[in-house]
Amino acid sequence: MRKVIIPIGPQHPALKEPESFQVVLSGERIMEFSARLGYNHRGIEKACEERTYIQDIYLTERICGICSHSHSSAFVQAVEDIAGLEVPKRGLYIRTLIGELERIHSHLLWLGVAGHEIGFDTLLMYSWRDREVVMDILAMLTGNRVNYGVNTIGGVRRDIDADQLKQIAKAVDTLEDRTKYYIDIATKETTVIERLSGVGVLSHDDAIRLGAVGPTARASNVKRDVRKDDPYAVYAELDFKVVTDSHNDVYGRTIVRMGELLEAYKIIRQIVKKIPDGPIAVKAPRKIPAGEAVSRYEAPRGEDVHYVKANGTEKPERVKVRAPTLANIQTVAKMLEDRQLADLPIVIAAIDPCFSCTDRMISVRNDGQKRANMMKWEDLHTYSIEWYRRKGIDFSKVNEKFKKAVK
Amino acid sequence: MAEEAAIQAELIKKFPFLESKVRVQRARRIYTEVGPEKFAEVFDYAVKNMHFCILCTITGLDEGQVLSFIYHIAREDGTVLNIKRSVPKENPVIKTITPYFFAADIYEREVMDLLGAKVEGLAPGKRYPLPDEWPQDQYPLRKDWKTPSKGTEAKQNA
Repeated sequence: MRKVIIPIGPQHPALKEPESFQVVLSGERIMEFSARLGYNHRGIEKACEERTYIQDIYLTERICGICSHSHSSAFVQAVEDIAGLEVPKRGLYIRTLIGELERIHSHLLWLGVAGHEIGFDTLLMYSWRDREVVMDILAMLTGNRVNYGVNTIGGVRRDIDADQLKQIAKAVDTLEDRTKYYIDIATKETTVIERLSGVGVLSHDDAIRLGAVGPTARASNVKRDVRKDDPYAVYAELDFKVVTDSHNDVYGRTIVRMGELLEAYKIIRQIVKKIPDGPIAVKAPRKIPAGEAVSRYEAPRGEDVHYVKANGTEKPERVKVRAPTLANIQTVAKMLEDRQLADLPIVIAAIDPCFSCTDRMISVRNDGQKRANMMKWEDLHTYSIEWYRRKGIDFSKVNEKFKKAVK
Repeated sequence: MAEEAAIQAELIKKFPFLESKVRVQRARRIYTEVGPEKFAEVFDYAVKNMHFCILCTITGLDEGQVLSFIYHIAREDGTVLNIKRSVPKENPVIKTITPYFFAADIYEREVMDLLGAKVEGLAPGKRYPLPDEWPQDQYPLRKDWKTPSKGTEAKQNA
């Protein structure tokens, strides 16, 4: 059968963010899959070097909208390591609490997106409704729904009172109830099981070889979790288990994320019970002494790595970020090998990609021009045709045929 | 910290030239710096014989006369070994580590785009993360590259 190249993205209704995939098809079967990333590059690593540590906390927080707390935590952990700051226990408990609440909202969001991708929009409506419960808690604790602004170098910026702890405990009860219902659906509803089983298969060995992280790896029975292996904040004091599954497919990834939700509730209950009294932060110097540190953080999507190098001034010498999706995107080609094109949206969605995290930089260059150009509709149209033609995709013949047919 | 000390001792025992160059920063964090001629040997030993089987990422640094690359590799128990190597800026050639870690591909493309590293042995592929029409010899993460301010002409790399 003749091979056909289908471009998916950079702008495509099935994608939530700009990224470009090229799929070579034989009939409906995917023969080749390649990804081109970088459409969300915003210059954050470079920008971090030009700003102070305090400004960088807010900048790293904006690397991603969903795992914002993960990035700011990973960054401040590295800086605290370099400066030798001992963060008070209460501060670490609050940081962990926000981190787990973030995991809950991220996993519930994912469940909705996954439901949507398989045409089960009722699940999207339900899970996103329930996600509001955790969003309300986050808004109550931090004043914000996504970029919490809780972290600072040396601790956290906001304390929690007894009444808030009570409300958290109540919300966790509601959420646990709802999650159990979703687990019931995921494990009993035949449409879900049939649609997700055997789709996007990634064997245990491939997951290790390709360097998968987070729930994507754990669903291929790779028992790796930074919270357990390289504990930060107060995870060493908390009792939780690393959820793994050996289905190796999208179904397994669903089971892992649902299991992680239950573990997150368990962690939050322990935090509510154990959180000690005391200060929430220590004062950090404006100038951080020369040094370097590597910080790892288990974000909802997997291991987030930050490297910070300090040079003794109030601005860092280098900030390097490796978001989990960059590690996971390389597994997608394997998952899609010899699969149906119709599986592509759910397989990509199943690694819970976040391209905004993955890329971090674009620089708008307007060489010599005082004002940025606004393209007219016709120019944009011509530009896009030319852009695809350079990628080997040419519709001009088809268009001519079409014109003749219309005449 | 016994485990970290053991790793430090093993590295120094195997590679005597690393004496005083292996630094244990805190629990699970070890740093070392290796010259270009010995890098491959140390890296190979750490990956194959010391169970550093996870590649966290590769960090590229512009350090004036040299470009440095830090390979952050980790063990299942959470210990991270950071091996740094430096190459002259005028000819920043490093060898690919994709035979050890398939996932290194994208990290190596990243240092190629952002710092101008030349990676030997890397299979041809799409660039990451800069746009296709990005001008050559423009490496945004080098220290002499300045972010163009709004409305002014983009500063060319001298």
